[in-house]
Amino acid sequence: MRYIDVFNLAYRTVISHKLRSILTALGLIIGIASVIVLTSIGRGVHSYVLSEFTQFGTNLIAVFPGKTTTLGLSGATISTVRPLSLADAVSLSKLDSISAALPLVQGNARIEADKKQRRTTVLGVGAAVPEIWKIKVAQGRFLPKNEQANPRAFAVLGHKLSVELFAGRNPLGQRIRIGSDRFRVLGVMEKKGQMMGYDMDDTIYIPTAKALDMFDREGVMEIDLLYNSKIQLKQVEKEVKRLLQRRHGREDFSIITQDQMLKSMDSILNVLTLSVAALGSISLLVGSVGILTIMTIAVSERISEIGLLRAVGAERGMIFKMFLSEALVLSFIGGVVGIFLGIFIVQMIKFAMPVLPVQLAWFYILAAFIISLLIGVIAGVIPAIKAAKLHPLDALRAE
Amino acid sequence: MIELENIHRTFQVGEQSVHALNNINLTINKGEYVSIMGPSGSGKSTLLNVIALLDQPSSGIYSLNNQIVTQLDDNQLAQVRRENIGFVFQFFHLIARYSAAENIEIPMILAGVPIQERKQRVADALLAVDLQQRATHRPDQLSGGQIQRVAIARAMIMQPQILLADEPTGNLDSKSGEGIIELLENLNQKQTTLVMITHDEALGSRAQRIIRLIDGKIV
Repeated sequence: MRYIDVFNLAYRTVISHKLRSILTALGLIIGIASVIVLTSIGRGVHSYVLSEFTQFGTNLIAVFPGKTTTLGLSGATISTVRPLSLADAVSLSKLDSISAALPLVQGNARIEADKKQRRTTVLGVGAAVPEIWKIKVAQGRFLPKNEQANPRAFAVLGHKLSVELFAGRNPLGQRIRIGSDRFRVLGVMEKKGQMMGYDMDDTIYIPTAKALDMFDREGVMEIDLLYNSKIQLKQVEKEVKRLLQRRHGREDFSIITQDQMLKSMDSILNVLTLSVAALGSISLLVGSVGILTIMTIAVSERISEIGLLRAVGAERGMIFKMFLSEALVLSFIGGVVGIFLGIFIVQMIKFAMPVLPVQLAWFYILAAFIISLLIGVIAGVIPAIKAAKLHPLDALRAE
Repeated sequence: MIELENIHRTFQVGEQSVHALNNINLTINKGEYVSIMGPSGSGKSTLLNVIALLDQPSSGIYSLNNQIVTQLDDNQLAQVRRENIGFVFQFFHLIARYSAAENIEIPMILAGVPIQERKQRVADALLAVDLQQRATHRPDQLSGGQIQRVAIARAMIMQPQILLADEPTGNLDSKSGEGIIELLENLNQKQTTLVMITHDEALGSRAQRIIRLIDGKIV
């Protein structure tokens, strides 16, 4: 018996019970489609989040004051953490492996320009912001270099803040007031959008030293380091650690590399995609039970047909193949239609809700298709064995 | 060509064993026309099933074309059936979702005959049973006599040497039954060995040889 005939017979049998076959395949169609839609959302969220975190450049290391360890001592005795200072940042920037250092202080203050006021995020930063955070200056220029210790009172506006305060007027050279101090606007940054709900455009950049004074802080909150991509991250980390240990006398700081962050983010998001895929697979399982049910019924209602086929010379193996391929045809149809439905729904989501990040996960689509075929095999095998085992004479007598 | 030697067939029915065939010795030659007759329960269906290789005797030797077939395994039996034996059943056994032509085609599909050859042979077979106008009709669109003619065309499509018929007219009115018998007898005249079960005396007596069975024995 030729395979093309086996599949042709199976296909004809499947389409001869149209409604029944459609309903059976529907379980699988819904399952496959939901796996595709869910994993597409998962994948979309995944790449959305990662791009949010890398839009401020790569090859970044952040140093935070304080060591995140638990000690068996009271809080008072260990609060001897030395703050990270501007001098630390300057000395870090002189390392060969570090191409730029950015001491960061963040706070919130009232900005006044002419008669307008706005409360906004104040970022005390160094000159290296455009380089490290990959954010460009749209107008004017950024804070000048080599003024870490005793900077002039310059400020650079975020895009939104500039629009809010100056509404179309040229802000360059304008005098503004931040808290109680006076600053001159040196530049305006390009539009950067939100990052994880935090509006990067509604900010103002001032020199770190000014921010330290303004918020009355001893040390910076973090130092962002841009390292030379040609040098191994481990090596860079080691050098930074050694330098700060020498300066502070002990390890009272923490280093978080972007790599670590991205890696843990990546694994979290992979688990997310995997778990939505697992949720979708439940419907695949239900779909496979549908095929199993229908194939079991098909065998018992066609016992006399099996008897006839055996009488006219079908071997057990042929009967087995015929029923197995019916299950395969069902699952193949379910799989293909499910994939098209899933892709269609994903495109509709993209079209209807452009903000929702969806991205077709081809790996999961391929996996879903293979699983649907596997389901066909698994759900088909038991009924097919049952059909093949029938004794021809008993089967012929069954009515 | 069909040689049965000391064939016994016993069934276990509950705690009782039923001796359906009791020491059958029978030789049927090529081209013969044999009818098997007997009251119900006499074992004539069991005998036909043994000859048809659908049932294995409990003891005894059956050789078909000088080949002992009592020792063959399931797949070999299927192959012998496919190549040597055609069946006509009382209840037709057509597959309801297939057309007349497709029902006739099935044994060739099982045997792996190429599709062009299948189409040609189906067309010839439909012509031989005078149903060329009904090729695409499904069984529920055919009369009883037409259905049985489709079944005969299916039985003969592999050109078997032996045609076994189990009460082929049992479910037909006498007029269609007559047509079916003529068709079978025509095939017999073309050297097909015809073995037919019937309990209709008139029908049975048309055969060259009548085998009468009572309680599993040839009398």
